[in-house]
Amino acid sequence: MPHTVITDIKKIDATSRLQLPITENGISAGFPSPADDFIDLSIDLNKTFIQHPNATFFGRVSGDSMINAGLSDGDYLIIDRSLEPKHKQIAVCLINGDFTVKRLHILKENVYLVPENEAYQPIEVTPEDDFNIWGVVTTVIKPLQVSCLR
Amino acid sequence: MFALVDCNNFYASCERVFQPELRYQPLVILSNNDGCVIARSNEAKNLGIPMGAPAFKFKETFKRLNIAVRSSNYELYGDMSARVMNILSEFTPDVEVYSIDEAFLRFNGFEHINLQQHLEQMKLKIERCTGIPISIGVAPTKSLSKLANRIAKKFPKHTNGVYIMRSEEQRIKALKWLDIKDIWGIGKQHAKRLQQLGLHKAYEFTQLTDDWTRKHMSVVGLRLKKELEGEVTLGLDDVTHKKAIATTRSFDYEYNDFDYIKERVTSFAVSCGEKLRRQESCCELIYVFLKSNRFNTNAPQYSNGITIKTTQPTNSSISLVKYATTALRAIYKPEYKYKKAGVMVMGLSPEKSKQICLFSEEDPRHHKLMQHIDQLNSHWGKHSVKFGGQDLQKIWKMRQEHLSKAYTTKLKDVIKVS
Repeated sequence: MPHTVITDIKKIDATSRLQLPITENGISAGFPSPADDFIDLSIDLNKTFIQHPNATFFGRVSGDSMINAGLSDGDYLIIDRSLEPKHKQIAVCLINGDFTVKRLHILKENVYLVPENEAYQPIEVTPEDDFNIWGVVTTVIKPLQVSCLR
Repeated sequence: MFALVDCNNFYASCERVFQPELRYQPLVILSNNDGCVIARSNEAKNLGIPMGAPAFKFKETFKRLNIAVRSSNYELYGDMSARVMNILSEFTPDVEVYSIDEAFLRFNGFEHINLQQHLEQMKLKIERCTGIPISIGVAPTKSLSKLANRIAKKFPKHTNGVYIMRSEEQRIKALKWLDIKDIWGIGKQHAKRLQQLGLHKAYEFTQLTDDWTRKHMSVVGLRLKKELEGEVTLGLDDVTHKKAIATTRSFDYEYNDFDYIKERVTSFAVSCGEKLRRQESCCELIYVFLKSNRFNTNAPQYSNGITIKTTQPTNSSISLVKYATTALRAIYKPEYKYKKAGVMVMGLSPEKSKQICLFSEEDPRHHKLMQHIDQLNSHWGKHSVKFGGQDLQKIWKMRQEHLSKAYTTKLKDVIKVS
């Protein structure tokens, strides 16, 4: 008889809070204010953009090799190291001791690091290269005014 | 089963995650004030750089052997450590953070799963998410898990960094391999003594009688022996409340100026207060010590410490500073030069269960004030708000000539990718 196998045990995360809105309008019979449903909801950017806080790091774009993908010089990148890198994703890679951000082309035989700027050539990763994918870029933060982010 | 998880060459590994050029180079990390070597990459170990090597003496050697040097970057190490510990706690609810790079884990009720597989997943996840390589040793007791970890680390090809001590044969074989001096918590004196008796391996220590051990090595030694025999005598500590918090520093030079030392001790007390409030604890004891330079054998030596009991549990920096400076006045002697001082707070209890003293209640405004100071300092940066007794001109600064950036905690310091 097959027995139950537990493969994944996780701690309960009690740090996040669920806030239930209390209506200030009191409870009245009849038609409730439609606005009550929207009381006190707020946007938490951390929660929205950072799924794995323990594996998330920030980086900053330098240069214009990814300009057509919307990554301009000085933009901030949110990098998630816990994600499995996939074909066509943008990732921060380590090649021979240098950081680079490129679009991954993972083909059957080879991996290419493809820039998004005609002025640059794709890099073919060869077995001689010391190469690994540092983390997958999930989000670009593009400050439009310098004063936004110091 | 207990597991000991240990980050491999933790400080060096942290530096290498963000400075890939260091991956090809032997690397050493220096202590506060760039005094001596406190961590080494494997390559630096193999080049024969000893632990504690004074930086100024080895300056030429580092250059000649192309060894990279970094000042200790505790902001980075602390953040990376927290990430590792958080991920560990996804794999078992019982985690005791033992030091910045080590944790004991308990795996009870895991009999029905493949523990080896579970641990391999854990190791993989930590390495992928943080870039920090770890070693895991598992055994029936804490002391044996420390030994198992040693085996995992020593024989990476065999173990892949994970070693589970399951059988009696494995336990005995391991103990016959381990030198007595390397037993976790044996102490130098006891190790020496056992060696003088002709004992060399941990196994021989476990062959002594209980009576002899208790008589000559006290109940602590006996407990250790039982642990090595596979009998649990040490449990996991309560994780949330550490037993003591300390801030101590060696000075860059030797000082005997009271005002200078008072400034330092004040800052240490303030820092202890911050740490207490962060973990929502209060303390009842405060210990202050002063030490002259024991390496300067020509100078007269003096070392003293004093413990003061607070009138009520407190985590107010104002109160802590008051106690600490009172303590300092009691032990300071103007005729000596000092190289090290420290403040330690002990007798910790959760802030919530704070006992109220009938006659000498702390000014309730302290609590509010501390909250505001902590908020300001977390918003505007450490030391934005200081106490009068602290150095206001910032003349005091740690020597950190080789400090890397705060890659994970400051936006202006994040990695650059092109």
